[in-house]
Amino acid sequence: MSKELPAQGRLRADLVIEYPFTRTTGPVVGAFMTGLRDRRIVGSRRADGWVFVPAAEVDPDTGNPLSEIVDVASVGVVETWTWVDPPRPGSPWDDPHGLALVRLDGANTPMLHGVLVDSVADMATGMRVEAVWREERVGHITDLLGFVPEGTGTGQPDRTEKSAVADPVRSIRTPIRLEYDFIPSAAAQEYLRAYAEKRILGNRSPVDGAVFVPPRGVDPRSGVETTEMVELPHAGHIGNFCVTHLPIPGRSDLPTPYVSAWIHLDGADIGFLGLVSGCENDEVRIGMRVQAVWKADEELGATAENILYWEPSGEPDVPVEQAGNRAWLGEGMSDA
Amino acid sequence: MGSLGEHTAVLGVGQTKYQSTRGDVSIAGLVREAALRALEDASCTWADIDAVVIGKAPDFFEGLMMPELFLADALGCVGKPILRVHTAGSVGGSTALVATSLIQGRIHQRVLTLGFEKQSESNATWALSLPQPFSVSINAGAGGYFSPIIRRYMARSGAPDLIGCMVAYKDRRHALLNPYAHLHQPDLTFDQVVDAPMLWDPIRFSETCPSSDGACAMVLGDETAGDAAGGPVAWVHGTAMRSEANNFPGRDEVSPQASRDCAAEVFAKAGIVDPRTEIDVAEIYVPFSWYEPMWLESLGFAERDEGWRMVEDGSTGIDGGGLPVNCSGGVLSSNPIGASGMIRFAEAALQVRGMAGEHQVDGAQKAFGHAYGGGAQYFAMWVVGANKP
Repeated sequence: MSKELPAQGRLRADLVIEYPFTRTTGPVVGAFMTGLRDRRIVGSRRADGWVFVPAAEVDPDTGNPLSEIVDVASVGVVETWTWVDPPRPGSPWDDPHGLALVRLDGANTPMLHGVLVDSVADMATGMRVEAVWREERVGHITDLLGFVPEGTGTGQPDRTEKSAVADPVRSIRTPIRLEYDFIPSAAAQEYLRAYAEKRILGNRSPVDGAVFVPPRGVDPRSGVETTEMVELPHAGHIGNFCVTHLPIPGRSDLPTPYVSAWIHLDGADIGFLGLVSGCENDEVRIGMRVQAVWKADEELGATAENILYWEPSGEPDVPVEQAGNRAWLGEGMSDA
Repeated sequence: MGSLGEHTAVLGVGQTKYQSTRGDVSIAGLVREAALRALEDASCTWADIDAVVIGKAPDFFEGLMMPELFLADALGCVGKPILRVHTAGSVGGSTALVATSLIQGRIHQRVLTLGFEKQSESNATWALSLPQPFSVSINAGAGGYFSPIIRRYMARSGAPDLIGCMVAYKDRRHALLNPYAHLHQPDLTFDQVVDAPMLWDPIRFSETCPSSDGACAMVLGDETAGDAAGGPVAWVHGTAMRSEANNFPGRDEVSPQASRDCAAEVFAKAGIVDPRTEIDVAEIYVPFSWYEPMWLESLGFAERDEGWRMVEDGSTGIDGGGLPVNCSGGVLSSNPIGASGMIRFAEAALQVRGMAGEHQVDGAQKAFGHAYGGGAQYFAMWVVGANKP
C-alpha cells in the first residue's frame, strides 16, 4: 500500500483488500459451469417445461427444487442491452462492448453476458447472436468469451465430449478486490503528523478529563466531541498481552512467537496494541514498565509504524491490580 | 409480561450436520437444507411463512454480500419480506431476536429465521487481521484479541491454569452426544487437550473453536400458531440485546457492562430471580474455552471470580447435577460463525421441547440461549420455556 504525505492537505493511503474466495457450486450451478467447460450452455427445466438459463437451483415462483438439466442452443436473441465504455478494471473485457440479456433458443429466461462488437451502432434489441468460446476453459462464466452477431463467429461449436459425469465442476474461484481511498479522521490526521515529529498525541475528554490515545475526536462513552490535544510521554506499562504463535498475514518479517500487548501510556486512560521486544517472551508480565523504541530519525513518517516495538524500561512494575484498565479489580462487577 | 408483546413459540428447528467442508452444496443449497428441516419440524410449508429474517457473519469472512438478495428464492421468500441482520459473531442470536420481535409486535404470524456460514470458502482469521494504513499490524485473528482478556480473567480470579482445558474436554465429550456437531473425537483424552500447542498463549489449539460449514433455522409462530402445533413447542419467556464500544476508560473487558445489563433484562423479563437454580440448561457462546467461566459470572450464574469452580466441580457437565452448559458441544465443537448464535438459541428450544436427543437434559423446563460478538461488544439472549409464560 502506498502512502502520501502532502505538505498540505490530508494524509491518505491506498488500501486494497483482496481475497480469492471460492464458491461451492452444488449440483445444478455445477452442471452449468461444467457445461461451459465443454462449450455447452445448460439450463434447468421446470415440470411445465420452462427452462431457466443459467441453470437455477430453485424455482423462484414456488420454492421447489429444479434438478433436470437440459441443453439449450448457443445462439439466441438480445432482449435488452447497454454499452460499456470503458470497461472497469477487473472486467473480463479490455475493449468497449455491449452488455446484454441474451435469451438463448430453448431457454425461457435470458442470461447476462458481453456482446463483442466494434461499436454501439452494431447493437440492437432483437439482434441474433452466437456464443464464442475461450480456447482454455476451466468451468467458469468467462469460459464464454461473449456473443457476436450470428454468422460472424465460428458457427455452432464442435462440442467436446461431455465430462460432467467423470469430473464435474464443484467449485469456482471468485476473487474479490476492494480498493479504498483511506483517509484518516481529522483527529487521526493530527495524531499521525505528530508521529513524524516523534511525538505521541492524545485527546482529552471535556467530560472528565480522560485521555484517549490514539485520539478519535470523540469520547466513546458519551459521544461528546474531543478537540483538546495533549502530548504523552513515550513510556507506560503493559496492561495485558498475548503470546502469539501464529504468523500474521502480511508480517512475514515477524518471527513467532511474538508478544502483542495493550500499552497504557503514562497519563492515558485507554490502551492500544503494540509489539513487545527486547526481552524474553516469558519475562513479559502484566504491569511491566515499557518504553518506545523508535525508527531512526531519517526514517520517521506520519505513521504509528514509527514505533518499532516497546521494550522493558527496567522501572518497577505497576502493581497488577492497578495495571491496564483498572476497572477489572474495581467496581466492575459489584452490581452483577 | 406486557413487555413481551405477543407470545412467541419456536415451532420448528432445522440444522445441517456441521463439518469442515460441505463441498456438495452451494450456499443456497445449504441454507435450504436447514430451512426445510425447520419447516418439517414445524409441520409447515413455504406458504405458511410470512417473512424471513437471515443472518450471516461479516462480509469479509466469506466474501459474500447481500445474502438477502441472492438467497430469497432458495428460502421460498419471493414476494415476502426478507431482512438481513448484522451484528458480528452474535448475529445468529440477534437474528433470532429480530424475527421474534416481528411476532411479538404482531406484524407476522409465522417467521422463518436462519443463520449460516461456509467457512470453507474463505478464511475468517485473514478477515480478522486486515492491515490498516498508518497502523502497526500485529493482531492475528480473534484469539489475538481475546487472549489478553482471558489472561486478565485468570489473573483476577485465581483460577487454576487447566480450567480452560476442562471446558474444552467437557464440550468435546458433549459433542459426541450430538449428531450435528462438527468435532466428534471419541478417543480424545484430557491429556491431549492439555498437551495441544499454544496458539495465542494462554489459548491452546484445543481450546479454540473449529471452522465449520453449516446452517441453522427456526420457525417462530405467534400464540395461535403455538397453541395449534401438534408437537411440543418452546415458548419465549424473555429476550434482550445490548451493545457497547470496545475501548473506553473503565471498561471491564472480562465482564462488559452490556453483558451484565443484557442478562439482567432477559432474566427480569422471564421472571427469573436466581438463574443458577431456575435455569435448567444453558447454551452459552464459548468460542474459546475460558469464556465458559467468564460468562457464567457475567450472566449471574456464578459470583464474580467463582465461575471456574462450577467447571472444576463438574457442575456444567450434562451429568454434573448442576447447570449443564453447552450439551450440544457448543461453539467449541461446531462454529459456522454466522449460525453459531442461532444454534445456541435453537438448542435451548430443543431442550425445553424435550427433543435434544442424546444430549437432552431430563425434564428441562427453562433454557437459556446466548450469543456475543465483536470485541465482546454485542450481546443477544433469550430464555425459553416448556410452558407459556
